[in-house]
Amino acid sequence: MTDDLATFEAETLARIATAADLAALDAVRVAALGKNGTLTALMKGLGAVAADERKARGAALNAAKDALAAAIEARRAGLANTALDAKLAAERLDVTLPVRPEVPGLIHIISRTVEEITAIFGAMGFTVAEGPDIEDDWKNFGALNIPEHHPARQDHDTFYLPGRTVDGREKVLRTHTSPVQIRSMTGGPPPIRVIAPGRTYRADHDATHSPMFHQVEGLAIDRAITLAHLKGCLVDFLRAFFGIAQLPVRFRSSYFPFTEPSMEVDIGWNRRTGELGAGGDWLEILGSGMVHPKVLLNCGIDHREWQGFAFGMGIERVAMLKHGLTDLRPFYDSDLRWLRATGFRPEDVASTATGIA
Amino acid sequence: MKFTLSWLKTHLDTDASVERISTALSQIGLEVEGVEDRAAALGAFRIAHVVEAKQHPNADRLRVCRVDGGDGRILNVVCGAPNARTGMKAVVALPGAFIPGTGITLKAGAIRGEASEAMLLSAREMGLGEDHSGIVDLPEDAPVGVPYVTWAGLDDPVIEIAVTPNRGDALSVRGIARDLAAAGLGTLKPWSAPAVPASHASPLRWVTETPACPFVLGRHFRGVTNGPSPEWLRRRLESIGLRPISALVDITNFFTFDIGRPLHVFDAGKLSGGTLTMRQGRGETFAGLHGRDVTATEADTVIADASGALALAGIVGGESTGCSEATTEVFLEVALFDPVAIANSGRRLGTQTDARYRFERGIDAGLMEAATEAATRMILDLCGGEASEVVRAGGEPAWHRTATLRLARLASFGGHDVPPDEVVRILDRLGFRATARDAEKLVVAVPSWRNDCAGEPDPQAEYDLIEEVLRIIGLDTITPAPMPPLTDADGRARTVPAVAVTPAMGRAIAARRVLAGRGMVEAVSFSFMPRATAQLFGGGDDARMLANPIASDLDAMRPSIIPNLAAAAARNAARGLAEVALFETGPVFSGGESGEQTLAATGLRAGASPRHWAAPARSPDAMDAKADALAVLSALGMNLDAVQVTADAPAWFHPGRSGTLRFGPKTILGTFGELHPRVLAALDLPGPVAAFELDLLGVPEPKKKRRGNPSLSAFQPLVRDFAFVVAEDVAADAVLRAAKGAERVLIESVALFDVFRGPAIGEGKKSLAIAVTLQPRERTLTEAEIDAVGQKVIAAVAKATGAVLRG
Repeated sequence: MTDDLATFEAETLARIATAADLAALDAVRVAALGKNGTLTALMKGLGAVAADERKARGAALNAAKDALAAAIEARRAGLANTALDAKLAAERLDVTLPVRPEVPGLIHIISRTVEEITAIFGAMGFTVAEGPDIEDDWKNFGALNIPEHHPARQDHDTFYLPGRTVDGREKVLRTHTSPVQIRSMTGGPPPIRVIAPGRTYRADHDATHSPMFHQVEGLAIDRAITLAHLKGCLVDFLRAFFGIAQLPVRFRSSYFPFTEPSMEVDIGWNRRTGELGAGGDWLEILGSGMVHPKVLLNCGIDHREWQGFAFGMGIERVAMLKHGLTDLRPFYDSDLRWLRATGFRPEDVASTATGIA
Repeated sequence: MKFTLSWLKTHLDTDASVERISTALSQIGLEVEGVEDRAAALGAFRIAHVVEAKQHPNADRLRVCRVDGGDGRILNVVCGAPNARTGMKAVVALPGAFIPGTGITLKAGAIRGEASEAMLLSAREMGLGEDHSGIVDLPEDAPVGVPYVTWAGLDDPVIEIAVTPNRGDALSVRGIARDLAAAGLGTLKPWSAPAVPASHASPLRWVTETPACPFVLGRHFRGVTNGPSPEWLRRRLESIGLRPISALVDITNFFTFDIGRPLHVFDAGKLSGGTLTMRQGRGETFAGLHGRDVTATEADTVIADASGALALAGIVGGESTGCSEATTEVFLEVALFDPVAIANSGRRLGTQTDARYRFERGIDAGLMEAATEAATRMILDLCGGEASEVVRAGGEPAWHRTATLRLARLASFGGHDVPPDEVVRILDRLGFRATARDAEKLVVAVPSWRNDCAGEPDPQAEYDLIEEVLRIIGLDTITPAPMPPLTDADGRARTVPAVAVTPAMGRAIAARRVLAGRGMVEAVSFSFMPRATAQLFGGGDDARMLANPIASDLDAMRPSIIPNLAAAAARNAARGLAEVALFETGPVFSGGESGEQTLAATGLRAGASPRHWAAPARSPDAMDAKADALAVLSALGMNLDAVQVTADAPAWFHPGRSGTLRFGPKTILGTFGELHPRVLAALDLPGPVAAFELDLLGVPEPKKKRRGNPSLSAFQPLVRDFAFVVAEDVAADAVLRAAKGAERVLIESVALFDVFRGPAIGEGKKSLAIAVTLQPRERTLTEAEIDAVGQKVIAAVAKATGAVLRG
C-alpha cells in the first residue's frame, strides 16, 4: 500500500511537471486532490485501515497531499510567469520612439539678468523701487541737476509725448532710470537703499543702440555712506555678477550732472577674445558717483546730514558681456531661434543661495 | 579734442611716456579715446642705403639688393619693386617687424634661390597711404639708420580725449597740461603775454547791446601780409586734423586749441562804418564761413556793422568780411558769450563749430586781455604790420569767488584721508590758490577758467573741491569698503536683508515662471507700435502718440502687448517656425499721462502643434489661452473658485470664443480668447491664434495666512455622475457652481466630463455630464444619505439653470 502511494505520488508529480498549461494542471489537481480524486479517496478510506497502522498511514497521506499541493502551486506560478512573459513580449514598445512633445519654455535673458542683479544687490540690503515709463522733464532732467539748456540734455535724444502735465511740464519717455531716484528721495525720508531696474528710451537705433533698452539704477543714501562704500558695493556686485572673484575693476573720474564726484567703472577684459577678467584691457561698464548736493536739495534732503551714491548700468550691456552676445537688436526681435539659444529655464532661479553666475 | 605730444610739451615740462600720459588722462577724467603713435608702430623701419641692386639670376622681375641699414651689416634683400636701383635711399624692415600694410610679421627667407634677409618697403606697406608703385625713394641726404618716421616728422603721437561737458577748460592743450601737472606728470610751463604797445588809434569801436555778450575786446592791425603760415604752425594744425588756410585764420585756430580761446579776424577793409555791434538778430540772412547761409533771429546774437549783420557771434564768421590773401587791415575780435545763448542758437541753426563748442561749455573770462596780447604778438610776428590800441565794450564779469574745503569733510565724504599738504598742492597746481588755511580747513580762490567749480555760498562749492582732490589723487587709491548693514528702527544692524522685490515685480517673476513652465518663451518687445495696429487694440489716440517717433511704425504707446506678440508670431511663421507660444510681461499704456500704465502679463499661441506619432496635431484655441491665464492667477495666490468668467471680451477677440476674467463686480483681471479674424488679417497672421492678457496689478494681494494642518478625512471619497440637459445658452460654469453649492459639507469637487449634443437631446439643447465627488467627514455615508445629496444637486442645478436630469 505504501508502495502504491509512493507510485501514485511520483506519477502525479510527473504529470504536474509536464502539464502544458493551467487547464491541464487543473485536471491533474482534480484527478488527485479533487472531491473524487485519488488521494481524496485514499483519505476517505483511512477509517478502514487497522488502528495500529492508521496513524502512520494518515501521516503518509498528508505528506503526499502537501507535496502534491506544493508542486501544483509551484507549477501554477511557473505557468503564470510564462504566460505573463509571453503577454509582455507581445506588448513590446519601441523605446527609441520619441516621447510626447513637451515644448520647453524659457525666460528672456533681460528678465534673468534683472533677477540676478536684484538678487546680488538684495543681499547688500537694496530693495527694488519702481517708476512709470512716462515722466515729466523735471524728474527726468531738472531735479537731476540737468537744466533746460545743459549739453547733457541734448545727448539724451529724448522722446516726447504731446501736451504738458497739469504742472505745465513736458512729458517724456524716461531716458534713464534716474527719475526713480527722485521718486525714492521725495517719497520718504532717508536712509534709502534702492535699485530700480526698468525700461528706458532714447531716439537712437542701430547695432549698438535701441530706441528702448533697460537700465538699473542704484541709490544709497545714509548718514555716512562714502565713496569707499560706492567702490566696495560695485566691486562686490561686479565680481558676483560675472562670477569672477578677482575681476579687475577700475574707477575713472568722469562727469554726470547728478553726481559729484562722478566716475565711470571699467572691468578688465581681453579686447581681442572678449574674455572677461584677464587680458590687460579695460571695458567701460557703468557710471556712478556721489549724489550731487543739488539733487539732494531738489528732493528736500539736507546734504549736510545725508549723503550717498548712485549708479546706473545698462542691463543689456552687462548681459551681452556676460554671455558673449555682440548684437543688441535681436533682444527685442522675438525671433524664437534667438530666444531659444539665449533663454533661461524657469526652474533656474537666480539666487545668492543657489548661485548667480 | 585732439592734440600731439609735442604740442602738449610746449605747455608741460615732462618726460612721461605716451602710455603713462594716456593712463593718467583717463584716470583724472579726460578719457583717452585713442592714441595714434606712429613712432611705436613704425619706429623699427629705418632709412637704408641700397649699395647695389642687380638682376635676380632666376627671376626677370626681381632684383637682388645689398642694403646698408646703418647697423654695420650689409643685408641681402630680394626686391620686386621696379624702382629699386643702386645708390638709392629707401626704408628697410628687419625680420620680426610687423608690416602694417600686409598684416604679416616679416621672416627671413630665400626667394628663387637668393637669400632675403630684410624687406624694402612701399608707402602702403607702412600703412602710410596707397602708393604701392614702388619702394619709398628718399632724397640723397636722408640719414641712414634713422627711423623713417622720425626723419619724416611723423613720430609725434596724436592723443584724442573725450572731454565731459563740464570741462570747457580742458578743450585746450594748456588746460590738459595743467591737469597732468596736477597729477604729477610734469610741470606746467609759465605762460604770459606781455602787452604789445599800440601804434595807432583803432578806427573801429565795439558796442554790445545784448546780455549774450557781456564783454568784448578788439584790436586793429594795418600793413599786414596774409600768406601761408610757417611750417611749424601748419604742421601743428594738420597734426590734429585741421586744414591750414592762411596765417591769420590759422592763428585764430591755434589759440582755439592752444589756450581754449576762440578768436575771430575780420578783414577791416571790408567793414562799413566805425562801429561793430553785438546785438540780437533781426531776421537778416548772410553767408557764413562754413559755406551755408545763416538767417539770424532775435534769439541769435550777431555782429553787425553799418551795413547790417555780418557774423553769427560765437559760432561762425561771415563770408563777406573774412580774411583772404589780399587782406592788409585786420580787426581782431576777442569776445565772451553767455553759454546758454550760444548753445540755443547753435542748436537751433544746426551749426557746430570749434568756437561754439567752447563758448557753450564756458571759456576763461579772466584770459580776455592776455589772449588779446598773445594773438597780437603772433599776428605781428607772422604777418607783420602794426597794432592799434585795444578797444573794449562791456566789462569783465565778476568771476572771482572763493570756496572752502574742510579736511574732515573730505575724509567723511570720500572715505579716504588725504594729507593736508597734498590737498593744498593738488588744488594749487590746478590753479586754486589757497587764501587761508588752518588745521581744519582750506579757503581757495576758484580760477577763472573753472566754470564748473562754484564759489560760496553755492552748496556744491565744497563738493567741487572734493572732486578735484579725489580725481587727481586717483579714485583707484581709495580702498573699497563693503556696504554697511542696514539698521532696524532701534538701531540694531541687520545682516538678513529685507525682501528685495516689490509686489509688482514679484508678480511678474511668478508669471514668467508659470508661463515658461507651460512651454511658452518669453519675449521682450518695444513699448511702442504702429498707430494703425494700436487702433485695432483700443489705442492709437493722440494722447498716446509720440511727438517725435524714431520711425512711423514705432509711434504709438502700446495699449496691449498682444499685437507685438502677434507680429512676432507672424515673423516667426515667415521663417518657417509655425508653432509659436510667446509671452511677455511689461507695461501697457491706458493714456499719455505719467502713471497711466499697468503691468501686463500677456501670452499668445499660434500655429498647430507638430505632427507626432502619439499626439495628434492641434491648433491653439480659447481654452489654451484661458488655461494659461488661470495658471498665472493661481500662481499669484488667487482662489480660482473666486474668478468669474464672462463672455464679453474686447472687440479684438473672436466674439464667440473669448471671455473676460473677473474678480467681484468691479475688478477685471484680464481677457482671453481667439483673436478676431479681421484683426488677424490686418496683422497678416494666419489663424487661429489664442491670446490672453492679464493686469498683474489688478490681481488682489493674497491674504497672508498660515497653512495649518490640512483636514484629511479617514473615509473613502465616492463619486456620483449626473447628466443634465440644459438650453444651449446655459453656461457650463452655472451648472458647476450650482452643483458645487448644493451641499457645502460633503461635496468636495465637481468636474465636467462630457458635453453632448444630438437628436436624442433635442434642438437647441445640450447635455452636460458632471462627476460630483463626495467626501465623508465623520463616518461612511449610507445609501440614503448619498441619495439625499444627489437630490440636492439635481434640485440646485435645475433651479439655477432650468436643467433636467437626463433619463
